[in-house]
Amino acid sequence: MQFFNFPLSPPSASNFSAEYDVLFYVLLGLTLFFTVIVSLAVLIFIFRYKKGTKVSRSRPIYENLFLELTWTIVPLVLGLIMFYFGTSLYVKMRTPPKDATEIYVIGKQWMWHVEHGNGVRENNTLHVPVGKPVKLTMISQDVLHAFYIPAFRVQEHVVPGRYTQLWFTATKAGEYHLFCNMYCGTQHSEMGGKVVAMEPKEFQEWLANGGQSVAPMTMAQAGAKTFNKVGCNSCHGSEDTLRAPSLYGIFGKRRVFSDGTSAVADDEYMRSSILRPYDHITSGYGQTMPVYEGQLTEEDVLNLTAYIKVLGTPAATVPTSNINRNSGVSAVSGNNNPTSLSTNALQYNTADPDASPTRRIGSPAVGAVAAEGKNR
Amino acid sequence: MSSPTTAKAGLPPEQHEEVSYLNDGHTIASWLLTGDHKRIAMLYLISTTFFFFLGSVAAGLVRFELTSPAGVVLESETYNKVFSSHGVIMVFLFLVVAIPAIFGNFFIPLMIGARDLAFPRLNLASWYMYMTGGILIMIGFIAGGVDTGWTFYTPYSSMYSNTQVSLVLVGVFIGGFSSITTGVNFIATIHKMRAPGMTWFRLPLFVWAMYSTSLLLILGTPVVAITLLLVVFERLFKLPIFSPELGGDPVLFQHLFWFYSHPAVYIMILPAFGIISELIANFSRKRIFGYHFVAFSSIAIAGLGFLVWGHHMFISSQAMYESVVFSLISFLVAVPSAIKIFNWTTTIYKGNVVMAAPMVYAVGFLLIFTVGGLTGLFLGSIGTDVHLTATYFVVAHFHYVMVGGTMLAFLGGLHYWWPKMTGRMYSEGIAIANGILMFVGFNLTFFPQFILGWLGMPRRYHYYYFAPEFQAYHIMSTLGASVLGLGFAMPAFYLTYSLFKGPKAPANPWNAHGLEWETASPPPTTNFLEIPIVLDEVYDFDPASEHEQDMADLEASENKSGDKH
Repeated sequence: MQFFNFPLSPPSASNFSAEYDVLFYVLLGLTLFFTVIVSLAVLIFIFRYKKGTKVSRSRPIYENLFLELTWTIVPLVLGLIMFYFGTSLYVKMRTPPKDATEIYVIGKQWMWHVEHGNGVRENNTLHVPVGKPVKLTMISQDVLHAFYIPAFRVQEHVVPGRYTQLWFTATKAGEYHLFCNMYCGTQHSEMGGKVVAMEPKEFQEWLANGGQSVAPMTMAQAGAKTFNKVGCNSCHGSEDTLRAPSLYGIFGKRRVFSDGTSAVADDEYMRSSILRPYDHITSGYGQTMPVYEGQLTEEDVLNLTAYIKVLGTPAATVPTSNINRNSGVSAVSGNNNPTSLSTNALQYNTADPDASPTRRIGSPAVGAVAAEGKNR
Repeated sequence: MSSPTTAKAGLPPEQHEEVSYLNDGHTIASWLLTGDHKRIAMLYLISTTFFFFLGSVAAGLVRFELTSPAGVVLESETYNKVFSSHGVIMVFLFLVVAIPAIFGNFFIPLMIGARDLAFPRLNLASWYMYMTGGILIMIGFIAGGVDTGWTFYTPYSSMYSNTQVSLVLVGVFIGGFSSITTGVNFIATIHKMRAPGMTWFRLPLFVWAMYSTSLLLILGTPVVAITLLLVVFERLFKLPIFSPELGGDPVLFQHLFWFYSHPAVYIMILPAFGIISELIANFSRKRIFGYHFVAFSSIAIAGLGFLVWGHHMFISSQAMYESVVFSLISFLVAVPSAIKIFNWTTTIYKGNVVMAAPMVYAVGFLLIFTVGGLTGLFLGSIGTDVHLTATYFVVAHFHYVMVGGTMLAFLGGLHYWWPKMTGRMYSEGIAIANGILMFVGFNLTFFPQFILGWLGMPRRYHYYYFAPEFQAYHIMSTLGASVLGLGFAMPAFYLTYSLFKGPKAPANPWNAHGLEWETASPPPTTNFLEIPIVLDEVYDFDPASEHEQDMADLEASENKSGDKH
């Protein structure tokens, strides 16, 4: 819920959140009811019985057992009812189902380290499937931490020297805040990240790919992607055309240029032809190719070269199945909603479990943070 | 009330009017070596005000820093030290101490008709222990501060923090003894030194509240004192108590800490209840409704308050059924507080309400404490606590009870008893305006924090750039804090001004009922020239006949003005 710039409720995305919210709003209703009653009574009384007002004060009451018992028993009974429902929710939260997927969490100053059953590890993120119960078994390596996912309404301390547990079933795909909510030292506020709830099929793929949202690509595959993206393929086809020569099998061949010189097509030649094509124009062609110097990174050039080396062989298949798999997820979480993590500057999804926790030096302005996050 | 309420009025003869505890000795030594409970109370007033000022500056820094999601001026390390010093100062050097040591000290003997507390020298010693503790804590802050929060959770405090934890803990430990001796002193005084005729059920409710508070002080403080000392031993000598690396249990610390610190919340709020009972009865000019229920609800809170500490630990890995029991008892302890609220409200019914400055603060207290108490239910119910605990919801709840509750009651009491303590009147208009200003500033500061907590904003967070949706509420809260800060600063000026320029206060400026109003303002060193004998009941007002008198006066003046035409 959102009122202009003021979010009014956290996202609700786990099996507990619906029941939780009902309890919360009932308590809120009771709070409002009694606050209004007491405030109205106090305000009415102080104005009505202000000294000198013409209102009868005859037969004032000083003791009334019936009234006292009423306002002892009514709050007591209401309290016991709330106690019952609160406890019943809590007991559910503390009783994980037997078939829950187990995930292990280690807290340390100031990062979360997560390990999935098949060995996939991640830092400061937790990927979970939607619709399947997940049980976290957690321990701390140093001080107390607390694993807190507001959107799921779950939280538990992470204690050194003993395991604690937390379970939930995510009900809605999306990205949600993950906070450490037990003060743990200097960078306590930055010990967090996100929880990514994925459709079960996507989650399985994610797990199978070793925790990468895009499957690892060979250099040639990456080069193929760039080859298509930049548009090399629109001119350089499998056959020579009027506009451009075919690149199939050119690596290692001797090339003759329009100025009469020639050279063997090696790595150095590839690089210069991509970045500065007019240094050596292949005999029979004009100045049609754009200059890519400053447009492509050295990594792109290496990948493109690797791809050109295998052009025309079976290794040159372009991987398509895994591209942009995550875009579906962020679409669900709703980019217009400020509670989604689209503004989250921190991309923690590193495959290296021993990477040092994200540290921030100084405190740049808000806008600078997003840029900083991209470079990380 | 114009009729004397005692057989022997305590008012001094005219020629002695100028001799009061304030001008009975002018040297600094006559203050620092005094045994007079009133002078010791004034020493406490000055020192707690000083510490309160420091704590408020820290609070202001925290609020300023949170206006931007990526911080404004502080490094995280400094921010952590600032919020820790805010908590340590406010809890250990102000809230626990202020009302008992200032108003309890000053008014328990006056209210029960005694010449002093039972142990005057112990009383003075308690101030020195408080100051020693306070100064040690200050040295700790200057030498580098602490970054543990006021809760000192292990093993962070005992094994990981590289700050002045030991020094500050020793300061808190020594200051704790000041609480214990004050408690012992009050209990002995209330039991043994009541004036003839001052039966238990003629005691003002403030005295009942102080009695309950004293029980909590002497039963709870030793536990936290020993606990904090154990943390120091673990830090310095690697005594294996709390750190699992050494073979200890970190959660044990939380049990021991909250065993004191939950009752400590009642140590902070029960005296406030006592003040509110005085204010509501005296300014409604009516005996408190359900006197016995209000008195015994204080005792009930003191008793049950010792059995609910586990509700701070629902998610701390304590056993599930442990949490269930603590939650149940927490719902029970909510009932006596509700009883008090309803009784106060009903007291105003058919009274003759005088909206003087102290009453404005009392009404503010009633409205704010109701919200503060009710939001406690969200945290006492285990299911809802899981999401809200340690978020800004807890911060808001705690401040609704401690700032909106205890602080407003403290200021109400200060305005109520100021003429008695200093012999001077302040400007009523400014004081009333300030009360309203504080009410507005307070709600603007802390209400947004309830929403922040519900959204999931954790407390003790320096940055929240990863969750910029929280910023709007933080800015609102900081705006409110500026207004609230003004509200706290104003009394410092107009009350100080009244000391020098304010009109002299009569013995009973509010026409209030109680032995403290039967002696001069300010009282003589011996309190009463003769020990009073109490013949009437507590809060012995008669609103009905007072009202008839008002009406008769009104009619008379109307007739008078009618005659003119």
